Amino acid sequence: MADASWLSEIPQLSRGDLRDIRKYLDTAYRDFSREYGEMIEGFFDPLLTFLVWFEKLLLATPWWLVIAIVAGLAYLSSRSWKLSLGVVISFFMIGYFGMWDNTMRTMSIILVCTFMAIALGVPIGIAMARSDRVQSVVTPLLDIMQTMPAFVYLIPVVMLLGIGKIPGVIAVIIYAIPPVIRLTNLGIRLVDKDVLEAATAYGANSMQRLMGVQLPLAMPTIMAGINQTIMMALSMVVIASMIGVKGLGQPVLKSITNQYFTLGLLNGLAIVALAIIFDRVSQAYAKRSQRHLGGMDNG
Amino acid sequence: MVESDNNSAATTLIKIEGLYKLFGNNPKKYMPLVHEGKSKDEILAETGHTLGLKDINLTINKGEIFVIMGLSGSGKSTLIRHFNRLIDPTEGVIEVEGTDVMKLGPKELEQFRRHKMSMVFQRFGLLPHKSVVDNVAYGLSIQGVSKSESKAKAVEWLATVGLAGYEDQYPAQLSGGQQQRVGLARALCTDAEILLMDEAFSALDPLIRSEMQDQLIELQEKLHKTIIFITHDLDEALRIGDRIAILKDGEMVQQGEPEDILLNPANDYVEAFVRDVNRARALTVETVMKDPAYRITASTIEDALKQMKGFKEDYGYYVNEDGYQGVLTEETLQAAFDDDKKADLDSLQYEDLEAISQDAVLETVIPDTLNSQYSLPVIDDDGKITGRLSRSTLAEVLGNDDKVTEEKPAEPKSN
Repeated sequence: MADASWLSEIPQLSRGDLRDIRKYLDTAYRDFSREYGEMIEGFFDPLLTFLVWFEKLLLATPWWLVIAIVAGLAYLSSRSWKLSLGVVISFFMIGYFGMWDNTMRTMSIILVCTFMAIALGVPIGIAMARSDRVQSVVTPLLDIMQTMPAFVYLIPVVMLLGIGKIPGVIAVIIYAIPPVIRLTNLGIRLVDKDVLEAATAYGANSMQRLMGVQLPLAMPTIMAGINQTIMMALSMVVIASMIGVKGLGQPVLKSITNQYFTLGLLNGLAIVALAIIFDRVSQAYAKRSQRHLGGMDNG
Repeated sequence: MVESDNNSAATTLIKIEGLYKLFGNNPKKYMPLVHEGKSKDEILAETGHTLGLKDINLTINKGEIFVIMGLSGSGKSTLIRHFNRLIDPTEGVIEVEGTDVMKLGPKELEQFRRHKMSMVFQRFGLLPHKSVVDNVAYGLSIQGVSKSESKAKAVEWLATVGLAGYEDQYPAQLSGGQQQRVGLARALCTDAEILLMDEAFSALDPLIRSEMQDQLIELQEKLHKTIIFITHDLDEALRIGDRIAILKDGEMVQQGEPEDILLNPANDYVEAFVRDVNRARALTVETVMKDPAYRITASTIEDALKQMKGFKEDYGYYVNEDGYQGVLTEETLQAAFDDDKKADLDSLQYEDLEAISQDAVLETVIPDTLNSQYSLPVIDDDGKITGRLSRSTLAEVLGNDDKVTEEKPAEPKSN
């Protein structure tokens, strides 16, 4: 070891080696996507068909019917006239400023992403809650999903599936699913041990414990997770638009490149309006369905 | 004290033999240390395993209230969880009605928990998202009983525990005492023969607690369940227990009837417990009275006087065919004898002295006993004299005298 430069400089791969490694991995992945890309795309075809159909459905529905349905849902879940009125006004303004179609597109993809995130996330969260081993495997994955910049995992997804709705949905789900998984896990783990023990003592099997005790008692926490998932999905709209997902993100992207301040602001406000509506409605629903848990601490 | 079901008093329902529980990662490996007789602390220091229960043996009879008592950390809550295998023992046999519970498979265990035992918890363990009536019906709904049937039964049991009209409330809307009544109703609703009560009343304030104890005793008189009751409160144990087992550091210290424990503590630990007990409330006259009583059964004064010579005291209780009549002193007899020794005893003026019932709680007879210069005669339900209770006995039992439990000194002749 005559050369002592490693003391002052960090040992480094030679440039050639690094290039070879990169080349090797890139080639391998490219080959993989060439080989299997179509098969995987085929696997996602039913989802794509559904996405397209759902988007068309929202676009074809008369505007007043959409507003009526959303306002009706808001009222059903919150029993608040104020919230429903807010929904009507915001949707009307969105339409009035010419953003109706994009809003419908965004809404369709966000709704689908949220449902998929719940459908995947809750079972994963349950599995984590039941097994410490699963938890120790999934937790670091969630950390990666939440901190890895979205652009980084967009690259392989786009290489594999091209640009369009499916890679958009995948990107949004990867970004938005961690809260619902984490909070489902947490909610179930926090369920009062005494209540669970009582259920066991009365002979409840594990399915009866899950459906009758754990999930209902974890529901406030799970709902908080779902709420976060919706918010995060909405915040991905702009990034998703970069890989060809149509909706409110695209005008924003256009505004950045062309410095259209007002266009960007209006579309941004539309996203905010959607987010607030989703948030208030889902929270109001969660609160209403957990009313009787309110005075629990007084007992 | 609850009278146990006489016809089945002797039937063993639950048998526990050589039960050990060692908490830790690898309990089987360290069981030899336990059998070598190492102490809880030594085992913890050497292996990091906590000895929860050590060589527990007990039998519980059908229809009795068996109280397991101990301070926190004594292993009593661990022990009760072995009965329905919420906790599995490291070693030992648990038999319920002759069935080895340890041999049950998962499905059988579920059935066993559903039908054989139900449980009441210290912190209620009610389902906060279900209404009161649904909570009571929980055990039945787990069994797959139809909704209408289980609900009807639940409403009935709610009324039994005094909560009619609360069906549609949620547990959070009820007070602690009411919540535990719901817990009790839930346990009774499955008609399980065995009731496990894990510090069921400990979280309640004293007034509510004694109300619940009364209710439990009252219910037990009707239902004749087999109840295993955990408590850290000796007063509670003495009040409701037919038999009591005392645990300390996972070991059984003493087992017996309440009076046994109170009057003959097995060791210093039990004695320390017993010292603080309000004996006046815990003991009945029967358990402390002296025998024999000085009965005068003769029919003439002469014979009566002869009988009295054999007594230690200068008085006796006059008994004829109708039972206890009153008290006669030597003085009165002597005067009457000088008058007419053949006279009939019935014609004599005896002093009225109220007898006390052998089932009375000591507390209630304190004034009478103290006010009387004689020992009070104790009678049973048929009016027969079964013993006597003197001021000095009372003082001795209730006084803060550690030697009570030892040989009782001969009663001094009262003046």
